Amino acid sequence: MSDPIKLSLAEARDALKAKKISAVELTQAYVDEVEAGAGLNAYVLPTAEHALNMAKASDAKLARGEGGALEGLPLGVKDLFCTEGVRTTACSHILVGFVPPYESHVTSNLWRDGAVMLGKLNNDEFAMGSSNETSYYGSVINPWRRAGDTTPLVPGGSSGGSSAAVAARMCLAATATDTGGSIRQPAAFTGTVGIKPTYGRCSRWGIVAFASSLDQAGPITRDVRDAAIMLGSMAGYDPQDATSVDRPVPDYELALGQSLKGLSVGIPKEYRVDGMSSEIDALWDKGIEWLKAAGAVIKEVSLPHTKYALPTYYIVAPAECSSNLARYDGVRYGLRVEGSDITDMYEKTRAEGFGDEVRRRVLMGTYVLSAGYYDAYYLKAQKVRSLIAHDFIKAFADVDVLLTPTAPSAAFGIGENSDDPLAMYLNDVFTVTVNLAGLPGISVPAGLSSQGLPLGLQLIGRTFDEETLFKAAYAIEEAAGVQPAPAAWWKA
Amino acid sequence: MTMNVIMRDREPRAEDLIKGETGDWEIILGLEVHAQVTSNAKLFSGASTEFGAEPNTQVSLVDAALPGMLPVINAYCVEQAVRTGLGLQAKINLRSVFDRKNYFYPDLPQGYQISQFKHPIVGEGEVIIDLAGGRSESVGIERLHLEQDAGKSLHDQHPAMSYVDLNRSGVALMEIVSRPDMRSSDEARAYVTKLRTILRYLGTCDGNMDEGSLRADVNVSVRRVGEPLGTRCEIKNVNSIRFIGQAIEYEARRQIELIEEGGKVVQQTRLFDPKTGETRSMRSKEEAHDYRYFPDPDLLPLEFTQEFVDHIKATLPELPDDKKARLIADYGLSPYDATVLVGESARADFFEAVAKGRDAKLASNWVTGEFFGALNREGHSIEESPVTAKQLGELIDLISDDTISGRIAKQVFESMYKTGRDPAKIVEEEGLRQVTDLSAIEAVIDEVLAANPDKVEQTKVKPALVAWFVGQVMKSTSGKANPQVVNKILAAKLGLSSDD
Repeated sequence: MSDPIKLSLAEARDALKAKKISAVELTQAYVDEVEAGAGLNAYVLPTAEHALNMAKASDAKLARGEGGALEGLPLGVKDLFCTEGVRTTACSHILVGFVPPYESHVTSNLWRDGAVMLGKLNNDEFAMGSSNETSYYGSVINPWRRAGDTTPLVPGGSSGGSSAAVAARMCLAATATDTGGSIRQPAAFTGTVGIKPTYGRCSRWGIVAFASSLDQAGPITRDVRDAAIMLGSMAGYDPQDATSVDRPVPDYELALGQSLKGLSVGIPKEYRVDGMSSEIDALWDKGIEWLKAAGAVIKEVSLPHTKYALPTYYIVAPAECSSNLARYDGVRYGLRVEGSDITDMYEKTRAEGFGDEVRRRVLMGTYVLSAGYYDAYYLKAQKVRSLIAHDFIKAFADVDVLLTPTAPSAAFGIGENSDDPLAMYLNDVFTVTVNLAGLPGISVPAGLSSQGLPLGLQLIGRTFDEETLFKAAYAIEEAAGVQPAPAAWWKA
Repeated sequence: MTMNVIMRDREPRAEDLIKGETGDWEIILGLEVHAQVTSNAKLFSGASTEFGAEPNTQVSLVDAALPGMLPVINAYCVEQAVRTGLGLQAKINLRSVFDRKNYFYPDLPQGYQISQFKHPIVGEGEVIIDLAGGRSESVGIERLHLEQDAGKSLHDQHPAMSYVDLNRSGVALMEIVSRPDMRSSDEARAYVTKLRTILRYLGTCDGNMDEGSLRADVNVSVRRVGEPLGTRCEIKNVNSIRFIGQAIEYEARRQIELIEEGGKVVQQTRLFDPKTGETRSMRSKEEAHDYRYFPDPDLLPLEFTQEFVDHIKATLPELPDDKKARLIADYGLSPYDATVLVGESARADFFEAVAKGRDAKLASNWVTGEFFGALNREGHSIEESPVTAKQLGELIDLISDDTISGRIAKQVFESMYKTGRDPAKIVEEEGLRQVTDLSAIEAVIDEVLAANPDKVEQTKVKPALVAWFVGQVMKSTSGKANPQVVNKILAAKLGLSSDD
């Protein structure tokens, strides 16, 4: 095979089944790419030997005509997923040297289906960030650059290692997690597809928690079909997660190519926010035209509480994280900085172990849950959260799916927003509502900006209606035509 | 937990008041009892709860709070909490919510305890406590909620470090909060005793205070009679009923002295030191934690149906108050005897097995007297008793059919207790059968009368001396003569009127 890394996940799957390539050959090609792309800093822990061993086992299965849905396909795993015997740190210093004796439910599903692990991918520390700049292991560099410019850009966050690795062809697909947009925004910034499924679709068991009521796992892939294949393997009920939902996982691939005739698409008017670039506006209009041309009916809808979504999110998520991160106390695992007594040890350990953004959120969360502030912040935020969810319920009485931009801008330069947390938080303006309401959302590449950077459109669906998302996203992908891959400047 | 001021209106009893320098004081007491749920697995993990295992051998990934681990509710613990709520005549909430109580401590791996704050599984209920002289009082239950226990810090294993044992981490506890309805240490002790009895009847907590299965936080305040409630202090984690009494007595007097000397009681958490019998300050209100309670996002609200509750209700055992009432009604027992018997269901069951088809008063006397006496003396539980209910019943039958006298029966019982043999066998083998053969007894009596003519004369003047003759006859027959028969014949022979 001339250049195996050009194959999509679906194509590689078919090539393996047809014995046009072996899993070891495919994996070796990716191992080489991971090595060649080390400068992007997408991987925090490549596991080449492990990958080749898994590939060998896959080849044996494939030779016997056996093998699962992902047999022999090399993937990257976000460092938020605990992987048995393989260091997992959530890219935080506080988890230095932590090697889990267990495997997350989602990655277990992938290995069950035969996938191969290339290594652990970079992310914002504890998934807190929108640019992958808060990682203890340093920023990830977006494989995309502005035309005629070598300024390093962010790959989005928090799943920046996942989006960069998929865009740079350093894996076939990657796992990711999304608490406020951490799958969809990086996908938009790197010209990849990212889906955050309905809350409860994937088990959270074994994923380092950020904000439990918002966290969901999902894939980042090169195209919609690959996303459908990946989610089909990652999703599923898990009795170990009380918020996991027990319902069958459909064959999402079957939704691809279905007609959009009669599909009702809502355009939420509140998403036309001030200061959004005209480019994004134009992209959105283009998306509307594509869906219309494919037979969909377009309707304007109202989500009146949208403007409260960001403040609500930045109360709920930090509140939960302040409690979720209390377990990192230096007592049992990870970093311990000795102190004169237990309180001193706690303070030194947590001061050294957590980066600025994590500390900021732990402090915010602690504040909003404090006696005297709980009602004004946390309780009120929960009420607004219900109103936001209700907005969607009302809208979905009228339409089948919503179309919005994924992010208000294209990828920005490393360091551009890092001194201004509020500007950074605005990246999530179109995505956090979806997490607050527990809905599925997908980002699909829809073209390039005038500077040659990828831009994404987001589709939001009813709970557990990922199939409609795949169907509509596939139509946009078809209409947008073949998207270019980034020039592989990092190999030069 | 803040103490609710909803309380029962009670006239103070003079004997409960504490005399101070400046007048009489009333003690107001409310208890928060932590009862470990009887279950094989922990509240949110499958790890074992067995007591006494090697440190850190019963710890799941969830209990140790490893990254990404999630709690899953143990349905059996929920059932146990509902069962307990029903046993406390309490309102069962079909929807309750688990909250996180956040604080840092090395034996709290998650950095928070999963508990129930605003919406507990069980609401208001009532416990009737049994007091001296047959008096009873009602103590209101404010709520019962489920929560996780913490691990244990070991401070005596290393010169500079503390060790942590997580075996207890995550074990299910029921926190049972009473209204401040108690007015004396006796009432507080009676409350914990009764609560423990109810829990044991229900099988929802073994009540073993020395293993930490039952612990109490005692809220104590004092006031002059008729005045509003005083400031309370909370004495944490008192682990025996005796200590509860001691801690209350000490703390009430401390508060009274403080106020009478012009001071003020400061709201604080205190610890009871069993060595000194004193309480000392642990932390003041200002140092109190801000627990930042909020609903645990890893757990959905706990919801179940009325049918689930009804199903549990249908399997409830007879509870102590009902059993007591029935023992009084069916067996004619005194309230005191009935209270003693229902203190443990095994005791009441033993009694009923003995009393069935027999003289209830005789059965009660034997069970509460000789039998319990022997158990106490030997430190045996009912389950460890060498004498079965069937055997004790047979012994009573031997008394009732005049095979042996009551006095001989005591001797037979001692032998039964030592050897576990059947009473009939002991009576037979040791020749203890009561002599009821009139001619045989008459012969002995004649012998005694003939040997003591002076005493016969005296008896004519002083009939009470007949007892001396009874004693002599019993002595000659090694106690085997039927005392009633002896009495009757003696009376006739001595020309006295018999009461018989």
